[in-house]
Formats: sequence, C-alpha cells, structure tokens
Amino acid sequence: MRMDLIQPFIGSLDSVLAEMMNAPAKIVDLTMEEEGYRRKGTAAVVCFRGQIEGRVILDMEPRAAAQVASFLAGGHVDPGASIVSETVCELANMVIGNAVTQLNDAGFEFKVLPPEVLSQEQCEKAGHASEATILCFETAAGNVHLNIAMHYLYRRSGDETPVAVH
Amino acid sequence: MKQFEALTRKKDSQAVRYLIVDDSVFARKSLAKMVESFGGQIVGEAGDGLTAITEYSRTLPDLVLMDITMPQMEGIEAVERIVQEHPDARVVMVSSVGYQDNILAALQKGARHFVQKPVKADSLYEIIRYVLNDDGVTAAVGAEQETSR
Repeated sequence: MRMDLIQPFIGSLDSVLAEMMNAPAKIVDLTMEEEGYRRKGTAAVVCFRGQIEGRVILDMEPRAAAQVASFLAGGHVDPGASIVSETVCELANMVIGNAVTQLNDAGFEFKVLPPEVLSQEQCEKAGHASEATILCFETAAGNVHLNIAMHYLYRRSGDETPVAVH
Repeated sequence: MKQFEALTRKKDSQAVRYLIVDDSVFARKSLAKMVESFGGQIVGEAGDGLTAITEYSRTLPDLVLMDITMPQMEGIEAVERIVQEHPDARVVMVSSVGYQDNILAALQKGARHFVQKPVKADSLYEIIRYVLNDDGVTAAVGAEQETSR
C-alpha cells in the first residue's frame, strides 16, 4: 500500500491519542492483513467513497478505550460502560476525518461516511482490490489498532490516466 | 473544567441559546458541556440534518453548532435549508473533516465559521464570540478565569 495514503492516518491517530491520553503513542507493529481481521477490543469502522474507496477500523483495547472515554467525559468511565463504544466511534471520526482532510487537500477527492460500531468479532478479509495494513500503536493504557483497507480508483486531480482496478 | 466569562445576548442580557447537531451523542454532550461553560443554554439537540431543520424552527436558537458527516441529511445541506428559511441563522460547522472544499461549500451555503474536531474549548469560545459579536448579538466579554468545577 502506498505510504503517502497511510501516513496521514498515522499522524492523525498519533496527535489525537496524544491529546486524549496525555501521552505519546508509538507504532510497535505493522502487518498486512492475510486473513480476516479479528477484533481486539472496542472498535468502530469508517468507510469512504470517491477517488479512494475503502474502510478504516479503529480498534482499542478496553483500558485504552476507557481512558479516552474518561478524558472526553471528564470523569472516570469503566471499560465495560456503554459510553466506551460511543467514544471509540467519535475518536474514529476525529482520526479518520483529520486524515481525510489531509488527503483531500493533497488532491484526492472522496467522502467519509458516518462511523459505526464494529460489533462482530471476526471481520471478512478486505476485498481483493483493497490492500489492508494493520498498525499497532502502544499506549500506557493498552494497544490501539488501526486497520486501513483502501484502493484508489483514479489518480488525483491533475494526474492524467485513470488507474484500472481488477 | 475551565470556566469562561459568560457570553450573553445584548438585547436582554440572557444566556445565548444553542442548538447542537451531531450524530454522535457523545459529541453532543461534549459540546454541550463546553457551551455551558461559556454560560450558554442548550435549547435543542439533533442527530441528523433533517431533525436539525425542524429543531431550528421550533427553538429559534441564537447559534447552531453543526456536524457535517451525518446520516439522512448531511450538515452542509441542512445549513443551506436553514439559512434559506431563516436568513439570519448563525451556524458554525464543527467537524473532523476540514478540507478546503468542504469548508468552502459550508460557507457558501451560509455557515458563518468552521471548527475542526477535536474541539478545543478556547478556540470554540473565541469563534462563538466572534460570530455573535459580528451581528452585535453578544455583549463584549472580559478575560477568562480558571475555576474548578
């Protein structure tokens, strides 16, 4: 997968987590999705359509999700509280929205759909036209996983030839 | 939480009335907390653009905080329809998606300003003060103060 497409997601997650958890996050693992994706904690999925199509899953281990929920709620939130999944959706919205902003400003035109809670344990493998990369960020409260599956249908504005996707 | 000097309406010195529109309940609560720390009053909430239009007509708020990416009807279309019906409506877009085309579209449809998520209370306060002062709606306010809640 092209790094210029992934980099905005890394930068965005890094800065949003740093703000919400008051601590830096570092990437400890990067893998390509070989099989379907197995959810690790509380997760939300955001899809996008346009010159780039695909989806991003933000998956947070329970303690990490609860810490962000506590920060946003302004008080202690237990890992099992229902507000945690709502928080992860909002966090996914922020992370992916910020990344998409950078990609749009770089000339890629696409639209983001509202985030949804990912309830299934095991997700199917991303479509064969989409490459999926899984990044694992380590934080003091647990790991955060970002599963990015996307393919681009056309070159960005100003480029000449459409790219065929098979 | 940081407490800000209250923004009040010039005409009657009452609290500024807000309508908050976001499909995330969590985001609505978070924004509500912020505007309450500005001395504001939440008069309505909506989770999509269609509901926002009816809530606007029902509550006639001083200011709307409007998300962009929402189910059923997105924020930009909702702004357009609200402003068509209420030309004096003051809408501030609050979204994580802040690319130039999106901001431009929102402003062209009648939004007054744009705030990118994650929202910082200080920035939101300044923008609200700017938008409302622009129409002479709020009294000028002084320095912010720190208090614990």
